[in-house]
Amino acid sequence: MTPRQKRMVTVVAIVAGVGIATAFALKAFNQNLLYYYSPTQVHAGEAPASRAIRVGGLVENGSLKRQPGSMEVTFILTDYRQTVPVSYTGVLPDLFREGQGVIARGKMDGNRFVAEEVLAKHDENYMPPEVADSLKPHMDAANSATGAPATAAATPAPGST
Amino acid sequence: MSWTWFHKLASPPHAYRILGTIAPWFGWASLALILLATWWGLVKAPADYQQGDGFRILYVHAPSAWMSMFAYVVMAVAAGVGLVWRIKLAHAAAAACAPIGASFTFLALATGSIWGKPMWGTWWVWDARLTSELLLLFLYLGYMALRASFDDPQRADRASAVLALVGVINVPIIHYSVNWWSTLHQPASVTKFDKPSIDLAMLIPLFIMIAGFQLYFGWAVSRRLRGEILRRERNANWLKEAA
Repeated sequence: MTPRQKRMVTVVAIVAGVGIATAFALKAFNQNLLYYYSPTQVHAGEAPASRAIRVGGLVENGSLKRQPGSMEVTFILTDYRQTVPVSYTGVLPDLFREGQGVIARGKMDGNRFVAEEVLAKHDENYMPPEVADSLKPHMDAANSATGAPATAAATPAPGST
Repeated sequence: MSWTWFHKLASPPHAYRILGTIAPWFGWASLALILLATWWGLVKAPADYQQGDGFRILYVHAPSAWMSMFAYVVMAVAAGVGLVWRIKLAHAAAAACAPIGASFTFLALATGSIWGKPMWGTWWVWDARLTSELLLLFLYLGYMALRASFDDPQRADRASAVLALVGVINVPIIHYSVNWWSTLHQPASVTKFDKPSIDLAMLIPLFIMIAGFQLYFGWAVSRRLRGEILRRERNANWLKEAA
């Protein structure tokens, strides 16, 4: 091997070695890199009950209720398989609305999740309002399709709007 | 295999001349495209169905984020070429990329934060996408700091090149973080093997802006690399003859 080829091998080895090491490290820390748990994971007991966690899901249609005279809101988070009722006191972000993905940080208190912070998750779709309106029947149909295989009792009616 | 053409291209006087010729083309084309995309994105493109006019920060955020990764890959490839073929010009090119890439990374983080406050409800979260992009900024800054800490340019070149190569692993992690882990940041809208999830009327100005940013990068690297060549070759005969 010429010196140049040796250096070429060294460079490839550095990149490959660091790549493999990083892959193993990320695999080991996989759980810690999850930013939030789904309602299904919460019900399955995968989320720690004692400390603060984040739960992410969609705000169920028709579940948002504001308490008159206070900043308190309650809503139901769903992943179309399981649901978690959430209560929160504070200002909600712009993108918060029913049917929208949100992430709530807080603790389980019995069956209810008491959130200290609610963040809205934006999806990857960008479109003008006219296009969104024309897509609406299709999107509701798609939501019903994903909700269909879940257990009947826990499934919300996504097409109810 | 003969590498003569490669070494000829890498000769400083040759490169200095070529860069001087192409830089203005990059510069003016980039200015034209960025102005066109700014008008198209801010005025002509329709508002988003959920975010309203707030989505328009995308036209700075997405191209900056794309360029922050693109600049890093260019820097790492240049550093690798410099290590293998012992070409000083390649190391100089890698050094020229770093501050530009760092600026793009900062711009992506800042615009994302400004958008995140009203839309998400927070300036910052430690999810996989945001954290890996922040790591990219530190890699650029570390690369620049490492270079600056050596007096001997050759040692600076080699040490910093190794850092650049090690850090390149972070680029695919940034890109795929939104698919591998549940993050607050949304998954890709454009770079996926499917129809883009962004309306064509909004996508066209985005592509024009990305092209403008690429050309700006070409302009900025050419200019910085010329400066870098002058600094390194300040005692060379070809420069004295030219002056």
